[in-house]
Amino acid sequence: MKTICLYFEIHQILHLKRYRFFDIGTDHYYYDDYENERTITEITERSYMPALNALLDMIKANGDYFKVAFSLSGVGVEQLEMHAPQVLEKLQELNNTGCVEFIAEPYSHGLSSLVNEDGFAEEVKRQCAKMNEYFGQYPKVLRNSSLIYSDDIGLKVSQMGFKGMLTEGAKHVLGWKSPHYLYTSELAPNLKLLLRDINFSDDISLRFSNKDWSGYPLFADTYINRIAGLPQEEQVVNIFMELSALGIAQPLSSNILEFFKALPACAKAKNITFSTPTEICENVKAVDSLNVPDTLSWTDEERDVSSWLGNPMQREAFNKLYSVADRVRIANDPRINQDWDYLQASNNFRFMTTKPAVVGVDRGIYSSPFDAFTNYMNILGDFINRVNNLYSTDIDNDELEGLLTTIKNQGDEIEMKDKEISRLQAKIEKIETEGDKFREQVEGKCTTKKGTPKKDTTKKSAAKKSATKKVGKEPVTNSSKE
Amino acid sequence: MFGWEYPPHVYGGLATANYGITEGLHAQGDVDITLCLPKPWGDEDKTPAKIVAMNCVPIAWRDVDYDYVKNKIGNIMSPELYYKLRDHIYGDFNYMGVNNLGAMDFAGGYPANLHDEINNYSVIAGVVARTMDFDIIHAHDWLTYPAGIHAKYASGKPLCIHVHATDFDRSRGHVNPTVYGIEKNGMDNADCIMCVSELTRQTVINQYHQDPRKVFTVHNAVYPLEKELQDIPRPDHKGKEKVVTFLGRLTMQKGPEYFVEAANMVLHRTRNVRFCMAGSGDMMDQMIYLAAERGIADRFHFPGFMRGKQVYECLKDSDVYVMPSVSEPFGISPLEAMQCGTPTIISKQSGCAEILTNCIKVDYWDINSLADAIYSICHNESLFDYLSVQGKNEVDQITWEKVGLWIRELYERTLGWR
Repeated sequence: MKTICLYFEIHQILHLKRYRFFDIGTDHYYYDDYENERTITEITERSYMPALNALLDMIKANGDYFKVAFSLSGVGVEQLEMHAPQVLEKLQELNNTGCVEFIAEPYSHGLSSLVNEDGFAEEVKRQCAKMNEYFGQYPKVLRNSSLIYSDDIGLKVSQMGFKGMLTEGAKHVLGWKSPHYLYTSELAPNLKLLLRDINFSDDISLRFSNKDWSGYPLFADTYINRIAGLPQEEQVVNIFMELSALGIAQPLSSNILEFFKALPACAKAKNITFSTPTEICENVKAVDSLNVPDTLSWTDEERDVSSWLGNPMQREAFNKLYSVADRVRIANDPRINQDWDYLQASNNFRFMTTKPAVVGVDRGIYSSPFDAFTNYMNILGDFINRVNNLYSTDIDNDELEGLLTTIKNQGDEIEMKDKEISRLQAKIEKIETEGDKFREQVEGKCTTKKGTPKKDTTKKSAAKKSATKKVGKEPVTNSSKE
Repeated sequence: MFGWEYPPHVYGGLATANYGITEGLHAQGDVDITLCLPKPWGDEDKTPAKIVAMNCVPIAWRDVDYDYVKNKIGNIMSPELYYKLRDHIYGDFNYMGVNNLGAMDFAGGYPANLHDEINNYSVIAGVVARTMDFDIIHAHDWLTYPAGIHAKYASGKPLCIHVHATDFDRSRGHVNPTVYGIEKNGMDNADCIMCVSELTRQTVINQYHQDPRKVFTVHNAVYPLEKELQDIPRPDHKGKEKVVTFLGRLTMQKGPEYFVEAANMVLHRTRNVRFCMAGSGDMMDQMIYLAAERGIADRFHFPGFMRGKQVYECLKDSDVYVMPSVSEPFGISPLEAMQCGTPTIISKQSGCAEILTNCIKVDYWDINSLADAIYSICHNESLFDYLSVQGKNEVDQITWEKVGLWIRELYERTLGWR
């Protein structure tokens, strides 16, 4: 029995504002609030809300037959929280039906998986926590930004405890193999790979409303018939796209939502089911492992990372950015962390591409790749200055980390000692009061006798007091010296 | 073909363009060109075209013997051609100041009595048009339009005019009515108008009210650098002081003040850059004053007018070339800078912006953006390298041969052969 895995990406970046080099050092706010609000509102109105409503209707109309998966980037969620909370509410409503799975992805939608493993793991964890907070499910399957994948990334992801990962069914990797099976990662046999079917996905997300396309107009029954007509053994059809494909890339006037709404009925008639990525990982048997030595992605004809790192400018920006990655992680300053997320978003690098592209490149506020590069480098210049100003650059990262850990450990120690001190002080007070009582007793008992014992006790308690104080103080002075 | 300037005696960009077009047409193999110049020096390259010296063309009959003619003008024109032309004098021009050969002298270049010279040139063109055998007339820039019109009516052959610039570009909108009149008359009588950019084409259509169907864009190109110029080494400025260059006439049209203002902004932020404003012109004093007023004169240099090899040495020594022209019909100099591997910033109001991609384009008035671009190229090696290498690659693809092919097609269309 064939099954369709439908997955949508929800991601919007924070647009950077026009930032001149003379702003470096004076202005530490990098974002174009107006542009952010405008794009989010527009996309929400034209795409996200109508599309999510349609998907919700589909789930309601089909019981638990129709299923769908989403992934939200952390940066995207922040944008939605700020400008379009209704999208998040709608997603929660969808989540309540139980037919929706949320997938993990790096928080920033960045390229950290290519250079900084620790940063990548940390980002994914943060995004998972966010998903858990909103939807009460901890993601079990991961998709990297723009479906970037290689054997090394697969190994890392598997070590992070994920069951499966989504990636591109790129022809140069698959060769004669079909994307309609479940594969495993070469280096990590426990990690299942779901491969995007390029044709079935792009027929919708790229070509649906294109009148020059030979498949135009595309109807749900022909589409499903094509899937049903695949060889018997090919069981999984992965259709992945951005959610904004419904409404922005393909306008609503092309009746794309009606097309979607008709899919479940047509599929049911052909005995095709819908599944979430986790279900596929659990229920379908992997046929083979997939060897991916070079990084692949779902962008452009090359399906590699060249749209972000194809020219020397992009590589310089990328290397400069990640040169401070460890420092940012060590410093752990809240404002820096936030800018770090926003600056990492891969879209910033996409704006600088000089590749001739079939699909027009949306360059945002920039007029050319050079413009995008100049602006980004100005911002990066300021950001790196800020990071370096936090701690002296004379100290290298390891040393700094060591020092910071020592400081933290000592802080903990001091805290412990403080507790000890207050405990001991309480004890002293107790002893003193007891001593007083004892003295009164003694004084009351033998007023006629000599006063020597009385003198003795006070001396003793005073000595004890100074001794305990010494014990309490000593480590503090020691640690501050270290 | 009627031209005014021709290398190696260069006054402005017109000579270079004229040479390129002639060469490009010659490269087609089946185009014979007769090029009329007011005052050739005899050291011009005569392979691509047969040069007719207008200052040796008789317009009044003089009985002179062969040896005298040969002795006097032999280095620029053959005596046979002189006699042939003498047979086609069409009126009595003895009242004009002719010399003992019956020809008129030209001062050459752009003298004060330019309008008289233009008129003389067109009178002479009548003789040439009656003598020579040709299919089509091609007149370059407004100086030669009257001659082109005269030749058209004398011979009945179609006229193409080539608009290298209009008076709207030169004057920022305050046109000289005499010049405008000559330009408009030339365009009205032309069968085909070739403009060096879409920008100029729009000016011709909108300001000179021409039928868009006869107005075409013929972008200029650039000649591959000679070996000698190619071999000028590029100094490595990595990690050292950078040089930013402006090279052109210091006139209103070229927007030099925007360069000074942008330099001021850059120098406020960083001191590791020097600015060089090469060229001369009526705004020179004003610019020196402005630089001093902004307090950047210690880092802002005026080396004066440059020619020949000096230009390329200056370009190769620069890290950024800037052309902030307010209105530039085409502008070949950025292409030359890119040939030298110098990253280039041009104004969006330049014609060459239409065909270049590997350079930075800004609005001429946007000094913030200009300063930002200068700073970025000076401080990001990858951007410098990319623009340097890709810019050179790009400009190497822009050749006069391709321009010649397109002009030839336009000729054929005008003649109705296609």
